Amino acid sequence: MSATDTAERSAPALPDGLVVVVKRDCPTCVAVAPVLAQLAETGGGPGVTVVSQDDPGFPGPDALDDTSLDISWQLGIETVPTLLRLDGGAETARVVGWHRDRWEELTGMRGLGPTLPDQRPGCGSRTLEPGLAEALDVRHRGGLMRSRRVTLSPLEDDFEAMWERGWTDGLPVVTPTESRVLAMLGGTARRPDEVVAVVPPNLVSVTVEKVAVNAVMAGCRPEYLPVVLAAIEAACTDEFNIHGVLATTYSVGPVVIVSGPVARAIGVNSGVNVLGQGYRANSTIGRALQLVVRNIGGGLPGGVDRATLGNPGKVGLCIAEDEEGSPWEPLSVWRGVPAGRSAVTVVAGGGVRTAADQLSRTAEDLTRNLARSLRGQDSLLIVSPDHGRLYREAGWSRARLADALAELVPTRPGLAGSNPVELLIMYAGGRAGLFSGVMEGWVGGATGSVPVTVEVRP
Amino acid sequence: MNAPTSSLSATATVVLDPTAESAPATRPLRPRPASLDGLTIGLLDISKPRGDVFLDRLEARLRERGHMVARYAKPTFTKPAPVDLRQEIAMHCDLVIEALAD
Repeated sequence: MSATDTAERSAPALPDGLVVVVKRDCPTCVAVAPVLAQLAETGGGPGVTVVSQDDPGFPGPDALDDTSLDISWQLGIETVPTLLRLDGGAETARVVGWHRDRWEELTGMRGLGPTLPDQRPGCGSRTLEPGLAEALDVRHRGGLMRSRRVTLSPLEDDFEAMWERGWTDGLPVVTPTESRVLAMLGGTARRPDEVVAVVPPNLVSVTVEKVAVNAVMAGCRPEYLPVVLAAIEAACTDEFNIHGVLATTYSVGPVVIVSGPVARAIGVNSGVNVLGQGYRANSTIGRALQLVVRNIGGGLPGGVDRATLGNPGKVGLCIAEDEEGSPWEPLSVWRGVPAGRSAVTVVAGGGVRTAADQLSRTAEDLTRNLARSLRGQDSLLIVSPDHGRLYREAGWSRARLADALAELVPTRPGLAGSNPVELLIMYAGGRAGLFSGVMEGWVGGATGSVPVTVEVRP
Repeated sequence: MNAPTSSLSATATVVLDPTAESAPATRPLRPRPASLDGLTIGLLDISKPRGDVFLDRLEARLRERGHMVARYAKPTFTKPAPVDLRQEIAMHCDLVIEALAD
């Protein structure tokens, strides 16, 4: 349950006693109308307030007009009729639909609806109707969102208007309406006003809400939001140094690697075409991070982003490890996160180079050939299933492979004063193809960027 | 309400500002030039009747002073200027004077 779900759904100002929420459009409500009359006629009873969702004259002139549905929303009604009891303004009991026994128990009265069947299910509350549900959410919880409202002219195409305002990376974005951002916020238990990170280069505090706005624009689903939040936390650390990754003339950008159960739960691709297109979580999570860097941090290409060439992954790059098929422990576990937890690792990565080896039949030979494709400045080696099989069969641990590669690949003293770049090794890719993948890094150490792993919080 | 599915909506769409809100939501006008010297001035007729009378006179006065003038016209005053026209004006002119008459 999200923070926005539980917040501010306070009970409406109704008199204590019985409350029944109905609508004329519901045959069960029509059938129980005589029961409501029975409840009302009983002198000395608890008193009954009938709340009508669609027709203020139903079932009688005393019904409370809730065609605005505000009372029903506040009561959290999902089905009509719903009978409930209020004591001291708080709900103490609730029955959904018609059940004679339970109505009699709740009201303390006998002989209710003698001509009715013992029970009859109700109908859907109008508060849940498509369109109305979203509008009610915005009306009641829109105030949780503090972002400035910007009205796009009816004469403008939304996409054009947002591009002209400098909010996009050049691709179309999803229009961040109040309704969509509210739905996005439903993906996390964190409060909208919680500060997630301070975003370079302008060093602006970004809240969960602002991340949600950009995640909507990037095309994320609400369940991706916790991963996006973790990616932003990780990227905005001193160690990862998104400022440097952004400002450098070098080609790298942030690469987001998702580990643990969340990757499968939300569908982050770790298999065929893992670095390519076609998977929504992959395509949008990294993009959300980059839109936050752009829109909140002010990191614009040609502004603080001074990349001579850049690389296509800078639109946003997010992948997962194939943990089920992997010969090794998950990348996150290798990096110190307890097994079974979800985590995000960010690493500065540039263009992809294919490390082909279709001949090696031993782990030793394969390692020597992979080393020929590696340079000291590389930051990520993606071992494919066909290559990983040799390591599994030979019983090579990830650490053994890392050590062997470190021996074979000298750190190249390339960029001025560069510290060694740490090489991450992960397992991903399609089931066929004797190719692994390599991404180049930038500068390691305290003056460059080191990979950062952050646990995903709900 | 939710955003309409079509990209061109009949009513204004309200969105949440995705930025750090350090700049105004509406784009400010460019500052007026201190002088017209050396600038190309676009004269845009929105195609209302007799707008051309006013613009003809403006053009004559500007040319008397040695300014470069380019003339443009919208196909119809009832709709925004087409993208091509806006881009052409933006490419060739330093400022534009839009005239309305009736």
